[in-house]
Amino acid sequence: MNDRNGHSPLRAHEGAGEGAQAHEAPMFQGIQGGRPVAEGAGHQDRRRRSGKRGRGEQTMVPDAEFRSYYGRPVLKPPVWKHEIPAYLFTGGLAAGTAVVAAGADLTGRPALRRVSWLGSFAGLLASLWFLVSDLGRPERFHHMLRVVKPTSPMSVGTWILTAFGPGVGAAAVNELVPQRWRHTWPARLLNRLARPLGLSAAAIAPGVASYTAVLLSHTAVPGWNEVRDELPFVFTGSAAASGGGFGMVFAPVEENGPARAFAAVGAAQELVASRVMEHKMGLIREAYEHGHVARFGRGAEWLTIAGLAGTVLLAGRSRAGAAASGLALLAGSACQRFRVYEAGVETTKDPKYVVVPQRERLNARTP
Amino acid sequence: MKGRNSLSGPLADPAGDAGYTVDHPDRVGFFTDTSVCIGCKACEVACKTWNAVPEDGLDLLGMSFDNTGSLGANSWRHVAFIEQPRSTGRQDPGLAGLPTGASGSGLSAEAVEPMLRHAPRGGGELGTQALPTAQETATRVSPVENLGMPAFTRPGDGHGEEGRTSFRWLMASDVCKHCTHAACLDVCPTGALFRTEFSTVVVQQDICNGCGYCVSACPYGVIDRRPHDGRAQKCTLCYDRLHDGMEPACAQACPTQSIQFGKLDELRERADQRLAQLQDLGVTEARLYGRDPDDGVGGDGAFFLLLDEPEVYGLPPDPVVVTRDAKAMWKKVGQAAAAFALAGIGAFVSTAVGGRR
Repeated sequence: MNDRNGHSPLRAHEGAGEGAQAHEAPMFQGIQGGRPVAEGAGHQDRRRRSGKRGRGEQTMVPDAEFRSYYGRPVLKPPVWKHEIPAYLFTGGLAAGTAVVAAGADLTGRPALRRVSWLGSFAGLLASLWFLVSDLGRPERFHHMLRVVKPTSPMSVGTWILTAFGPGVGAAAVNELVPQRWRHTWPARLLNRLARPLGLSAAAIAPGVASYTAVLLSHTAVPGWNEVRDELPFVFTGSAAASGGGFGMVFAPVEENGPARAFAAVGAAQELVASRVMEHKMGLIREAYEHGHVARFGRGAEWLTIAGLAGTVLLAGRSRAGAAASGLALLAGSACQRFRVYEAGVETTKDPKYVVVPQRERLNARTP
Repeated sequence: MKGRNSLSGPLADPAGDAGYTVDHPDRVGFFTDTSVCIGCKACEVACKTWNAVPEDGLDLLGMSFDNTGSLGANSWRHVAFIEQPRSTGRQDPGLAGLPTGASGSGLSAEAVEPMLRHAPRGGGELGTQALPTAQETATRVSPVENLGMPAFTRPGDGHGEEGRTSFRWLMASDVCKHCTHAACLDVCPTGALFRTEFSTVVVQQDICNGCGYCVSACPYGVIDRRPHDGRAQKCTLCYDRLHDGMEPACAQACPTQSIQFGKLDELRERADQRLAQLQDLGVTEARLYGRDPDDGVGGDGAFFLLLDEPEVYGLPPDPVVVTRDAKAMWKKVGQAAAAFALAGIGAFVSTAVGGRR
């Protein structure tokens, strides 16, 4: 337990001592050497509600005290709503399916190509909807296009999506052209352009799948910033699992071999990267391991494990097995995105995630 | 984005780095000396009046005289109040021998605090909008708390002198720090946030589309999005007044010169002198916050003299601008993207080699 709880002295802090202290001296904020008392009592209550982890754990470790301004957040919790984690999922899906679609196009798998381009297009449209509707001023979405700003991952992402979108759109619309219009010149032109444009989109897809990690990590939010080294691998693994999973759900078994392979590699990478990420977490682990965030985490892990097992064992033999495995991978990917997103939000609401690591850093610098 | 240390580290001239010609004005800022703050909130009022900042929600937070709560979209100055059972330096609070007991503010704070934690943004909405009521959050927080009032005894009647502690109030007027390396500005995808010729950081309201990225990027929790308006809002260091050679409204309104406006170099000098003076007077806990150009944000344009650790005032002890790690992060993203592409290619190649369809 010790290595998993690098900072658990905070947890140890909620022993009986704190409660007693709260009643003896309830009057002062920021007492020298102790946490604000009223605030401490509140935390005790919070831990009790959410904690499967017991109190008084790790009593060997000295109390880590931290002080705050009446327990109020130091950071502003994100103003983003559920649209953003939803976009993380649909954006990853659009990228993953684009890679599968382009590969299917080149290797002569028409059914896999068709469903994957359509899936990519649907993911892209959903992404754009989520991104624009989450703005405070949605009618000004095009202001994103007035600058190119390498210091802003959101600006970089805007241009990645701008480069990615048309190719996916062309390839997907080409799949949708009805038979009776196929001989008209616009349809023939589109048909000719669909492959190069689709391939260019697939070339940009790795950027679409990965930039969202830096989008989150490039903030002051401890739960996102502190996992900056591992998050890109979690997110691209998740994108590959969902992209392959989509092909497994909608394409026939005889064509979806590469989708299965892509999904399996992605799912395995997501599981490993996620484990590494959890292993290296400091105090933010608490946010990842409690409440609804933990439920998303367990959902992501089990669904991905089940999906991976199904992909390897069943999906090559039965359409139903492939579809079930694909659905599990899609759901696991979505859970992963919501889990990381929500964990970050939690770490902005409680000042300890900001104060404790920064104080430790300061103390280490000035012995 | 021009020279060395454009993204982090010490930077003498942020405006020059942002592209202004050499004849741009000197960098200006605030030095907020909290040791002389009397908590009158004239700065909050003057700021709201001059900048037409709307109401931030009428809350009685029950924790102190601070009912603003924190900086936010609708509070560009925020006065913090902290009670402590000690005196400042050799100051005599004048309470010795009185049978007065402790204040009840801790008790009321305890009663109110659950409201904060049940709020959708965990209390982060303070300074921007009112907290939801207990009914709105549908929590189990009891609407009725016994605070022991009214009572027929005088405060402290139950105590003798032995229950007496020393006492001081810390008051501090917080504001946007106008960082040397401003994360809000760096991450803004529309260019709405910009570096002025005075090296301050301002949001262009006709550009901002309310993406909210700056809100999560700010290591101080200053900037926020205004509900119903949808745009990010924060202190402009009275950009309009600076153009007319005036000082910002809060500094002009401050009756004790706790808020001092001026050229940053001069303010830093003045702050160093004030710190030395206080330490001579035995106020060893005095310290400067945001003064050091070598800190994680390259020093603040608005810095402070504090009488306790920064976190006691709700300030982060060691903030770091996120662009410091941008390069390393993009490198990891590049590796992950390459792995993703390889997995995609490998999936098709291996299937072809394996002879499966």
